[in-house]
Amino acid sequence: MSTLEKSPETDNLTYNFPNSSGYFGKFGGKFVPEILIPALDELEREYKVAKDDEQFKKERLHHLREYVGRPTPLTLTERLTEHYGTGKIYFKREDLCHTGAHKINNTIGQVLLAMRMGKKRIIAETGAGQHGVATATVCAKFGLECIVYMGEEDMRRQKLNVDRMRLLGADVRSVTSGSRTLKDATNEAIRDWVTNVDDTFYIIGSVVGPHPYPMMVRDFHDVIGLETEAQCLEIEGRDPDYILACVGGGSNAIGIFHRFIDKKHVKLIGLEAAGEGAETNKTAATFSKGQPGVLHGSLSYLLQTHQGQIALAHSISAGLDYPGVGPEHSHLFDTKRVDYRPVTDTEAMDAVKRCSMLEGIIPAIETAHAIAWLETLMPTLTKDDIVVINCSGRGDKDMGTISEYFYGTNGQS
Amino acid sequence: MSTAAAVSIKAASERMKRVFEERVESAKIMNLFITAGFPRKEDTVELILGYEKNGADIIELGMPFSDPLADGPTIQYSSEKSIEAGFVMDDIFDIVAQVRKRSQIPIVLMGYINPVIHYGLEKFFAKGQEAGIDGLILPDVPVEESGLIQQASQSHNIPLIYLVAPNSTDERMKLVDQRSGGFVYCVSVTGVTGARKGDEVDESVKRFIERINKNITNNPVLIGFGIASHTDAMRISEKADGFVVGSALINNIRSLDGDAEWKEKHFRFVRELKFGSA
Ligand SMILES: Cc1ncc(COP(=O)(O)O)c(C=O)c1O
Repeated sequence: MSTLEKSPETDNLTYNFPNSSGYFGKFGGKFVPEILIPALDELEREYKVAKDDEQFKKERLHHLREYVGRPTPLTLTERLTEHYGTGKIYFKREDLCHTGAHKINNTIGQVLLAMRMGKKRIIAETGAGQHGVATATVCAKFGLECIVYMGEEDMRRQKLNVDRMRLLGADVRSVTSGSRTLKDATNEAIRDWVTNVDDTFYIIGSVVGPHPYPMMVRDFHDVIGLETEAQCLEIEGRDPDYILACVGGGSNAIGIFHRFIDKKHVKLIGLEAAGEGAETNKTAATFSKGQPGVLHGSLSYLLQTHQGQIALAHSISAGLDYPGVGPEHSHLFDTKRVDYRPVTDTEAMDAVKRCSMLEGIIPAIETAHAIAWLETLMPTLTKDDIVVINCSGRGDKDMGTISEYFYGTNGQS
Repeated sequence: MSTAAAVSIKAASERMKRVFEERVESAKIMNLFITAGFPRKEDTVELILGYEKNGADIIELGMPFSDPLADGPTIQYSSEKSIEAGFVMDDIFDIVAQVRKRSQIPIVLMGYINPVIHYGLEKFFAKGQEAGIDGLILPDVPVEESGLIQQASQSHNIPLIYLVAPNSTDERMKLVDQRSGGFVYCVSVTGVTGARKGDEVDESVKRFIERINKNITNNPVLIGFGIASHTDAMRISEKADGFVVGSALINNIRSLDGDAEWKEKHFRFVRELKFGSA
């Protein structure tokens, strides 16, 4: 339990972003309508106090342990390791968190903060439905009203999660504007917040949005990296050489990277969704194809048209199908501390199959983007190299897409 | 206070200053919002000129954006239509330049920061100055993020117009007043743009207006969001310099879709907004 109880503020990190205006280098900020400024100021104030409050910390850790099931294991993937024959591959098992993905680390933190602030109405956006499920779950647990905005297209591809949210008592609202995916669900959630700002708490699902969200969501996921560091030390006696994570908004990635940013000997690789190819128009590869711009409250890399309209993203994985990325990742990209690489739909789906057959772990398609990078990375490594992949979620929610992809429509082979 | 006032008055264009200086107490300034390129690209110039003839004092020209998160479904719809039909940023400057050949009505641009950054800040403000723009409203750029555009705005004499909301503190209203040039835009109900029913805009507005008048002393005050009729407009702007109408205009255009005389009917609606029905 000691790894869990180690808190970020006892760290000796020299990396110290964001600044007091919410900037990670050039990226971040608070690009929101005036109406939200008082709400963000209040949130920032309350979070600052809560973060250092012993009672809040204790409560959060209690729920992470007793409800989420932390710490999650660091599993040596023996057959996958054998398959490549170079290096040792570990999975940080966020797929074993309650509800099946890392997302709940964040929703536990935010819901406790919401209750502290006396907010009784919770709203959220969701893409894959994992964040929506994680939000609906904590709202059920603590008895709060929950409204989840979800693109119509995502409701179709993630039907199982839609029904999970409904079963948990959430009001899932279908969003039919724009591309009918995560970007549009986020617009709708922000509009709801603008309209109901007095009694509503917006639980954002990734390290995106206006300050203080990217910082706060990161802090709530920091536990992934802290545990990984301690577990790797215990098993291997040292830090990993490589850490891989998929990047949609970037919450699971920053969660496992943050602790290691100052440790220059640990190479950090973020895998973004290339869709049909980073050079095509059917892609969600923000760093390969985007330019800095403003969406959903912060300045960051962004897929956009030659007129500065937001481009439609494409990925087979709903959780990565987003034209933006968290501002901290943009900073880590510009400073070259993290290496961001594109992975296609096909490569990710191959990795879903390989991981399932070799490890008995059906990964989320999002996660499979990180697993797919082993094909490129492993041939370049030596036997002693240690690779950790953030296994951000399990693939149950994706069975519809997986069935269609491998076995024909409706899973009828 | 007096220096801030000097800056702000200097920042407003001659065209804009004249509108407020010439206002008589009983007449309210009517600012009409229109999305560039809606319903069709070729309509915009004619609509602006027609609005002026029918009572508009200021035009707020919307720069369409794919993800207008401070706006409701009405303005999002008009923006989508315009983008689908091929709207490009240069169209804005063309429209303003064409209007300027025939009219000196103040025109402020309203839109989101991303297309502006993408176009190039320096180029945007230079072109805007050349075309004859009187101000810029960016609802996703609050005062704390204005560092990005402050300099270009000053060097090209295009003042920024900020918004205040009912939940803005007194301190914040004063700050917005100091930074704005032309007028301050007051959002009358918490929420996104979109026409609302009369009583919804009523009570919450009163105390808000009192605070506005106490804190905003350098600039005229226009009040908007949710105004759909002359009665709404008069009630809401009783203690302000004027009002803004947007979504109700777009809804009116949509309701006249397919009508051969839509423009005349639409202009009649505009006249009624300003003067009431005869
Ligand atoms: C399992 C899983 N991994 C990753 C992601 C992507 O989000 P993020 O980049 O914030 O970790 C999602 C999003 O839904 C997810 O469900």
